[in-house]
Amino acid sequence: MISATALPGVIAVVLVSVATLAIGTWGLRLSRTTSDFFVASRTVGPGLNASAIGGEYLSAASFLGVAGLLLTFGADMLWYPVGWTAGYLVLLVLVAAPLRRSGAYTLPDFAEARLASRRVRNVCSLLVVAVGWLYLLPQFEGAGITLSAAIDAPRWVGPLVVGLVVLISVGSGGMRSITFVQAFQYWLKLTALLVPAAVLLVVWAGDRAAAPGAPFGGRGEWSMPLADGGAQGLYTTYSLIIATFLGTMGLPHVVVRFYTNPDGRAARRTTLVVLGLLGVFYVIPPVYAALGRAYGVGTLDGAADTLVLDLPRLILPGLSGDVLTGLVTAGAFAAFLSTSSGLTIAVSGVLTQDLTGRRFPEVTAFRVATVIAVAVPLAATLALPDIGVARTVGLAFAVAASTFCPLLVLGIWWRGLTDVGAVVGLLVGGAGSIAAATWTLGHSRGGAGERSWVDVLLTQPAAWSVPLAFASMVLASRLTSGRVPSHTRRFMVRLHTPEAVELDRS
Amino acid sequence: MSGDEPPPRVRVTGPDRRPRPGPRTGDIDDETRLGAVFLDSLLREQLWLAMRILLTLGVSVAGLPLLFLLAPGLADVRLVGVPVAWLVLGVLVYPWLVVLGWRYVRRAERNERDFAELLEEREP
Repeated sequence: MISATALPGVIAVVLVSVATLAIGTWGLRLSRTTSDFFVASRTVGPGLNASAIGGEYLSAASFLGVAGLLLTFGADMLWYPVGWTAGYLVLLVLVAAPLRRSGAYTLPDFAEARLASRRVRNVCSLLVVAVGWLYLLPQFEGAGITLSAAIDAPRWVGPLVVGLVVLISVGSGGMRSITFVQAFQYWLKLTALLVPAAVLLVVWAGDRAAAPGAPFGGRGEWSMPLADGGAQGLYTTYSLIIATFLGTMGLPHVVVRFYTNPDGRAARRTTLVVLGLLGVFYVIPPVYAALGRAYGVGTLDGAADTLVLDLPRLILPGLSGDVLTGLVTAGAFAAFLSTSSGLTIAVSGVLTQDLTGRRFPEVTAFRVATVIAVAVPLAATLALPDIGVARTVGLAFAVAASTFCPLLVLGIWWRGLTDVGAVVGLLVGGAGSIAAATWTLGHSRGGAGERSWVDVLLTQPAAWSVPLAFASMVLASRLTSGRVPSHTRRFMVRLHTPEAVELDRS
Repeated sequence: MSGDEPPPRVRVTGPDRRPRPGPRTGDIDDETRLGAVFLDSLLREQLWLAMRILLTLGVSVAGLPLLFLLAPGLADVRLVGVPVAWLVLGVLVYPWLVVLGWRYVRRAERNERDFAELLEEREP
């Protein structure tokens, strides 16, 4: 039986799931006309589009993971939200407008159009699937944590529920280009995190006596934006900065969203609004961490992971606390659903084009691909419990930064890139970072204390794998400079000239 | 005045069909040397702008861990009861990122406008 305290949580999860499915199926009927309307007449404004990007981007790691990490490790974990936001600034200045002007819908599309090579396209497709699965893993894990904290469900229930809802809504095609759903999810998540935080702050201000510790009391280390351990700490922090600043542009579900912008100029303005929306959201998780510290929440037994869910009940016992927990649960569930849907669409799109499309008729191929896209990370989540939500997301960023970032940056700004160079760079960066990620997931949650440099280098690979990928991509392109595609100049013209100038853009 | 007065005469004209000297976009389409110069200048301009913004980001935000490593005492400095690290990285960094992005968008659009105007100029 469901206990009374769990009731608001159950209601929240059911409501969010039903709403997502309902909008998904309702959108199915509308999507033909709506998506035509959106893409053809191109009238999605920067505000709506930016909300949709924010809704898709703010994942379980942002909603649950950050606050828990801040409580456990202190200010050096602020680099996660800062990097996830700054990544959009890097994307804005290096990629946004040219990517939109390229007309590419996915990363493999961009690679093939720029380098006129099937081989580059295939490597990109493989990497999209790898990054997508690595990013789906923590979403499913987060769902398990949330449901077990909010309604005492076993850990496997959350991943299964999210997997099923995503499967149904994506498989039916409903979520495909429904900008409104994703936009709505952003505002739901913001409300679900902001309102409880505001209420709890007022309560805390009212009964300071009840809180044994000050939020920022105690050792100064908690306020040090640098990981412990001298040189190793410095390396870890900078590696994280590199992964998050450069990885955002390579996330498969982010790139797709740029296609709905009317033109390059709108793509820039949309990204600017995204910067603002993310900033507003990321101011809140530190509030939970500080309050958790003030109320003496421990960091043992995974208490930090569920800090955002537990804090309302801890500070406000009774019905109001349960209702606030229900609200936070709804927001967390929206986070899993929107990010997982976006990723599943990106992964299954690639699988359809390159794997199942040859074996099945069109619609069946997409559905089969969706099942594969969800089933693999779902199975991995159930087999590998406790991998750490924010850290796994960090690894996905490291892989994206080591592969798609060099491809996009060099492809957009350097004429000398060749197909061989791109493949070599992608393989070097991809192999290095994926090997490191696999090793880290296998050795997750090693004991604290002395760590070897090998351990440190593999846990945060970006600081070596990103420069390595750039260097090998440039070097291999230089060695094969005869293979620079003949249409390179024409393609560069298309990427960089404003739409106002009438050119032959064929 | 009576209502059946004929309306004032209006001169009806069609679109101007006289051949005119083409704008310089032809140079880019035809991949001439001149077109290459135009495109290179835009590319260089935009790349420099991007590098300037990224450098500012690198020094102002990514420089912070180094600053705290060199001056560990900063961890204990407080403003209105909140340690500076939390204040800077938890709150102030976000409006700063928006300011940097806003500056980039304005300058990038100006570069593109200049480029478009350069091309629209008629050749002599």
